[in-house]
Amino acid sequence: MTSRGLWDLTIHEAHALLASRQVSSMELTEAVLRRIEAVEPAVGAFVTLTPDLAREQALAADRRLAAGEASPLTGVPGLIKDVICTRGVRTTCSSRMLEEFVPPYDATVVERLREAGLVMLGKANMDEFAMGSSTENSAFHPTRNPWDTQRVPGGSSGGSAAGVAAGEAIWALGSDTGGSIRQPAAFCGIVGLKPTYGLVSRYGLVAFASSLDQIGPMTRDVEDCALVLDAIAGYDPRDSTSIPLPRRGYAQDLEGGVKGLRIGVPREYLVEGIDPEVQRVVEAAAGVCAEMGAILDWDVSLPTTSYALAVYYILAPSEASANLARYDGVKYGYSATEPGGMWEAMMATRQEGFGPEVKRRIMLGTYALSAGYYDAYYLKAQKVRTLIRRDFEQAFATYDLLLTPTTPTVPFRLGEKMADPFQMYLSDVCTIPVNIAGLPALALPAGLVEGLPVGVQLIGKPLSEDLLLRAGHAFQQATSWHTLRPAAGPLSP
Amino acid sequence: MALSKEDVEHVAHLARLGLGPAEVEQMREEISEILDHFRILQDLDTAEVPPTTQAVTLLSVDRDDEPGESLPASAVLFNAPEEEDGFFRVRAVLG
Repeated sequence: MTSRGLWDLTIHEAHALLASRQVSSMELTEAVLRRIEAVEPAVGAFVTLTPDLAREQALAADRRLAAGEASPLTGVPGLIKDVICTRGVRTTCSSRMLEEFVPPYDATVVERLREAGLVMLGKANMDEFAMGSSTENSAFHPTRNPWDTQRVPGGSSGGSAAGVAAGEAIWALGSDTGGSIRQPAAFCGIVGLKPTYGLVSRYGLVAFASSLDQIGPMTRDVEDCALVLDAIAGYDPRDSTSIPLPRRGYAQDLEGGVKGLRIGVPREYLVEGIDPEVQRVVEAAAGVCAEMGAILDWDVSLPTTSYALAVYYILAPSEASANLARYDGVKYGYSATEPGGMWEAMMATRQEGFGPEVKRRIMLGTYALSAGYYDAYYLKAQKVRTLIRRDFEQAFATYDLLLTPTTPTVPFRLGEKMADPFQMYLSDVCTIPVNIAGLPALALPAGLVEGLPVGVQLIGKPLSEDLLLRAGHAFQQATSWHTLRPAAGPLSP
Repeated sequence: MALSKEDVEHVAHLARLGLGPAEVEQMREEISEILDHFRILQDLDTAEVPPTTQAVTLLSVDRDDEPGESLPASAVLFNAPEEEDGFFRVRAVLG
């Protein structure tokens, strides 16, 4: 056991102690709650803390553990991004629009986690309605990167990433539409997986862009990532985009290594604008894979890569403009109190309830879908989407995995990219193509640059999570980046 | 692609999104700039390319027409801004 404290365990380490009754879920949960008290003022990972609920759930978990009926997640405290519906617990999407919304139902992933013995510490801060790359668009407060509290944790799952990195939760759930799990995972030095589109149910995930959104694990190591995926993945009849395949385990298949795997490094991802030190980390990571017997190929090209950002910033806002039309102040959520009829009230509700980035994307999307512009923007973007998918399909005919940076830079400073929306969008250039093609991708801690975490990304073909996790696990047996923790100030271990 | 003030007001109306005059101007500038970045898509010939509407090709996903459990009305009305006799109270739609 680490000397840093119970809050610093991985899921698999915690499970071993819980299953052998050396530690109780109650003790573990109390240790994490004390850690939260100590560091949350500096980090701001939470929107809603649920300590009483967590203790109740820990007690129930301890009963199951005593009866020998536990699964790996039973009694191990986690954090759920506030875009995922939790029955009876406020779910805000970090927006004034849902500041007081209490869902009457659980998302499917939450139901499955409850069955597995969930201990939920609270709901994690995020960019409002999952729109952003820094968590600065939260209507409530920004979250700070535990590695340097003047810097962003990334977004939109910044609270989830910072919480796990700071020891405020052993694991977390995030959601990823254009990189919102992987980029904050990279910025906070943790593991993040965006599953194949359709692998994890979106029932109960507040919708941003329905053809791009996926829920996924954010954890301290790859083994933990597989354990969380085991609990949440698999067919759900309530989600019509859920892939109808039987549920399967991932955590038992992690050994196997990368010997003989063909790994391509697409040159378009090492583009102008990438920090040369980040490139060095990616090259070193590729070197580690090669030393383990993988066959690396640097002469790989995905020519449509440079079009992905435009495609995403047409498709995602378009879908968002439709999904966010439901926030009209009538059945739930913020409702303007100014006098007036239905339409004035609705316009005021949406003017007052939404933040600037959300409004910007609703406007962009409405424009792209409107009569006279639909063909030039939305339809065009959907056609280029097909070309992007074909590029990947072609690459995967030759390669088992693709290796890229996760982000082009180290975590940037709070406020640094808020003046120009497009500068913020550029931080997702490496992650966005993956959502457009519906592929699975894993972000792994791979180095430090000036003391700040840098991640690499592994991309696989649809439903290749087993291969991604196997490769990630092998990488983590050969390196120790994932064991590093923030060293400074109140967050020192 | 420079948008006019009227373009912005029209789109805001379609989205039922109230915008003050300063917001309209800021939106006009920002969206015009973002739309400029989309011009590169014109480089690509997509005449013979079918659109992708979803990443996973599932078709005609339906369920049996069997009644199931619904949320109780009380749960549904719980978050209502205004509720009356088990109904959502709304503003005047006409006039």
